[in-house]
Amino acid sequence: MSTDLSHIRNFSIVAHIDHGKSTLADRLIQMCGGLTDREMSEQVLDSMELERERGITIKAQTVRLKYKAADGETYQLNLMDTPGHVDFTYEVSRSLAACEGSVLMVDATQGVEAQTLANAYLAINADHEIVPVLNKIDLAAAEPDRIKKQIEEVVGLDVSEALEISAKTGLGVDSVLEALVTHLPAPTGDADAALKALLVDSWYDSYLGVMILVRIKDGVLKKGAKIRMMASGATYQVEKVGYFAPKPVDVSELGPGEIGFITAAIKTVADTQVGDTITEDKRPADEALPGFKPSVPVVFCGLFPVDAGQFEDLRDSLAKLHLNDASFHFDTESSAALGLGFRCGFLGLLHLEIIQQRLEREFDLDLITTAPSVVYKIHTNAGDVKELHNPVDMPDPTHIDFIEEPWINATIIVPDEYLGAVLTLCTDRRGAQTELTYVGSRAMVQYRLPLNEVVIDFYDRLKSVSRGYASFDYELAAYAEGDLVKVSILVNGELVDALSFIVHASHAETRGRAICDKLKDLVPRQLFKIAIQAAIGGNIIARSTVSAMRKDVTAKCYGGDVSRKRKLLDKQKKGKKKMRQFGNVEIPQSAFLEALKTDG
Amino acid sequence: MPASGISLYIHWPFCASKCPYCDFNSHVADSVDHHRWRRGLLAELGYFANETKGRQLTSIFFGGGTPSLMEPETTAALIEAAKTHWQPVDGLEITLEANPSTAETKRFQAFRDAGVNRLSLGVQSFRDSYLGFLGRGHSAAEAMDAIRLAAATFSRFSFDLIYGLPGQTADDFGQDLDQALQLARGHLSVYQLTIEPGTAFHRDAVVAANEDTGAEMYEMCQQRLTVAGMPAYEVSNHAGPGKECRHNLEIWRGGDYVGVGPGAHGHVTGNAGTDSIYQIHQPERWLAAVEAKKHGTAKRQALTPDERAEEILMTGLRLTEGVNQDQFRALTGLELGDRLDPGGLEKMVEGGFLVSDDVGVRVTTTGRLCLNEVLRQLLVA
Repeated sequence: MSTDLSHIRNFSIVAHIDHGKSTLADRLIQMCGGLTDREMSEQVLDSMELERERGITIKAQTVRLKYKAADGETYQLNLMDTPGHVDFTYEVSRSLAACEGSVLMVDATQGVEAQTLANAYLAINADHEIVPVLNKIDLAAAEPDRIKKQIEEVVGLDVSEALEISAKTGLGVDSVLEALVTHLPAPTGDADAALKALLVDSWYDSYLGVMILVRIKDGVLKKGAKIRMMASGATYQVEKVGYFAPKPVDVSELGPGEIGFITAAIKTVADTQVGDTITEDKRPADEALPGFKPSVPVVFCGLFPVDAGQFEDLRDSLAKLHLNDASFHFDTESSAALGLGFRCGFLGLLHLEIIQQRLEREFDLDLITTAPSVVYKIHTNAGDVKELHNPVDMPDPTHIDFIEEPWINATIIVPDEYLGAVLTLCTDRRGAQTELTYVGSRAMVQYRLPLNEVVIDFYDRLKSVSRGYASFDYELAAYAEGDLVKVSILVNGELVDALSFIVHASHAETRGRAICDKLKDLVPRQLFKIAIQAAIGGNIIARSTVSAMRKDVTAKCYGGDVSRKRKLLDKQKKGKKKMRQFGNVEIPQSAFLEALKTDG
Repeated sequence: MPASGISLYIHWPFCASKCPYCDFNSHVADSVDHHRWRRGLLAELGYFANETKGRQLTSIFFGGGTPSLMEPETTAALIEAAKTHWQPVDGLEITLEANPSTAETKRFQAFRDAGVNRLSLGVQSFRDSYLGFLGRGHSAAEAMDAIRLAAATFSRFSFDLIYGLPGQTADDFGQDLDQALQLARGHLSVYQLTIEPGTAFHRDAVVAANEDTGAEMYEMCQQRLTVAGMPAYEVSNHAGPGKECRHNLEIWRGGDYVGVGPGAHGHVTGNAGTDSIYQIHQPERWLAAVEAKKHGTAKRQALTPDERAEEILMTGLRLTEGVNQDQFRALTGLELGDRLDPGGLEKMVEGGFLVSDDVGVRVTTTGRLCLNEVLRQLLVA
């Protein structure tokens, strides 16, 4: 039996990273008796090792809590955890669309940060009722009054009833539960209408196959029903229906307002699209829920195994990860410099980093990552528009009418003393300032920035110029025409494909020179002089030279020395595999690895 | 196929003190039981002679360590034994390495009487500050005296120089060369200082001359010694016509040699092919083994024809004369042309690093300076 709508509350917790979201979630689960103390591991909702380590939730998870409120009634509270990073804005928006309200959590010692703001706006856009909560109130550095004022000024929320809690000690957590019941609206929905369920997230479970997290809007989702995905059109038989408490509990059906999971013999998560509407095949809904967008990768890079023998392993590992995360794309790519690998697309830089690290850590692969690139739109003279994911595929400039590049709207909150450095950084990256306001002693600056300037070490630079005090958030804005060129790197006249990059014409020479200079130090001297050049088409814009080797001869070679030398030769034969030939020049793969490393 | 000639190398592992740059098998012992060592060396010599009976003895070389610390009676006994075991060629070259300190120069005559006819002196430099840095037990003045005495005592002699010391300029080295040219009689060995693992210099992270300075000094040395009539016949060895060290020349050409003494190394070709033979390094353990079973071999390894070919190329290309293709065929049964990477060969010839003709292959002066890389191009396909 589904729960009566008036006794359901669906909510998310939105916060900046590290402001205590996961700790509060744990505390709520504990207080509602979801887990015994023994079962309670720290931050149960962040299950993946990497998520826990970075304090970032990647997959949305949910937990149903049973709460006996002050009015004596028992409520079903569904806590929807949301992915906590800018790359997953769309996924966050779908999670929020499954709820009626949010807890906006702000660290009382730190105040409003860029993600507080971004997530608060997402919640406001989702028509959420918002309960402001100040966390870490137990700390001496907490300044609840000042932070409340900040929330009021910056986010525009009424803070008269803001709660002051410490998720860590449990102080005031009961007031959060009570506020959810009294402040948040109950969901609405019609149990008799055609089924409309929002596909919030999906993941691969090694026992149950693909699991789908759903929020029922109208109708009832029953075990055994034949469902249809409205965007993809695919149909499936529902095998299991249940909810998380936080352990999975099977039920026979989920009714309006409820959040839970289903399994339906779906083979891969690629067959389930976040934001899709699930309906019943025999009585489909007239129209899908609003807001569906297929997920589109925005950042691309090449991933190559350091050891060419690991190519098949890399393919298998990518396929395994893809089972659980259909939002990244991969296709085989062949590079003269790096051998066989994959061109991969991601939702953003963090997403890229997470996949890369999981491949290295969980699958024990050594990877070379080429410089991240964004998706350019190439308008050819013939009038076609091509999406360009890889600088290598850029058509000859004579065939190009113009190129468009993606821009973002970035929000940066930074203490006043570092503002100058942040503005300089943004200006250097071709940014256009759209707004500058103050949040107490901190500046909140908004910039329009080309995404290709952000994917190359922008976060690191921002962190370093602000000593880690700047917070950053962005959303994709629009494509705009840009004076973009492809810079190729040549070694003795031979193209090193993996080092090609697309850059704004005004930065081409500086970036080209930087990479030439770096390679000069990375390429070992050889018998012949080596010219390293950066070129736009046939036009050389920067060059450096590795002078020829002058002396490399063993001074003494008597008796047993020769056997030792022969062993060195054997070693060189093995090392030969890691050398890449460019004309008459041999370059160790490690040189590319280094060249790519620091260049982002 | 067994070669007819054979060379003999005898290793004396002891030194008065260990030089900070030396990674050779040398040891400083409080006292050496000369009788035991004499018996041990003679026993091992007999063991290998038995295996190579009937071969013609082309040279003897006493190396170390510091073989001039050996008692001349030991030297004499070993030379006598060798001459009995094998057929010595006419004018058998017998070289002894020696240090220029007075204690040793006093025995030059005794070594000559023992049969030594060529002396190789570890001079290293004519500047006292360099000698001190290199941990040598002699002064520049002693070095010059020792050379004069060697010239008066032995029909042939050579001495070593080291260059590329920290802070040394090409001019500084030029002064050492000037001095050397005044004293040399037909043979000089000139080595660039390299910092080898396991040495005191390596532990102290001493930084020797960089590649450019090393190259500059090397080129200057080539030029001046060529003008002086002692061109390089090997990477670090210079001699007037006919004054080459025959012993080393034969080894670099791929000839057979027997190695006697701790850490000595030998190459002996039998009917089954060539064996690479390594003696036990540690002096006391070597001696104990010899006393127990007449030899102190630690490892004996049959070289495959490929390995043999590689070794001959690696040592033969150190020589100015290069590798002769007929000799190469005779030693390995393989064709020289088949052993070289065609792409590498073409690149090396085109680049002016190597000459290849119907005699064989040899490096140019430029090629010799980068021999390791040339070899890599030819052998690492």
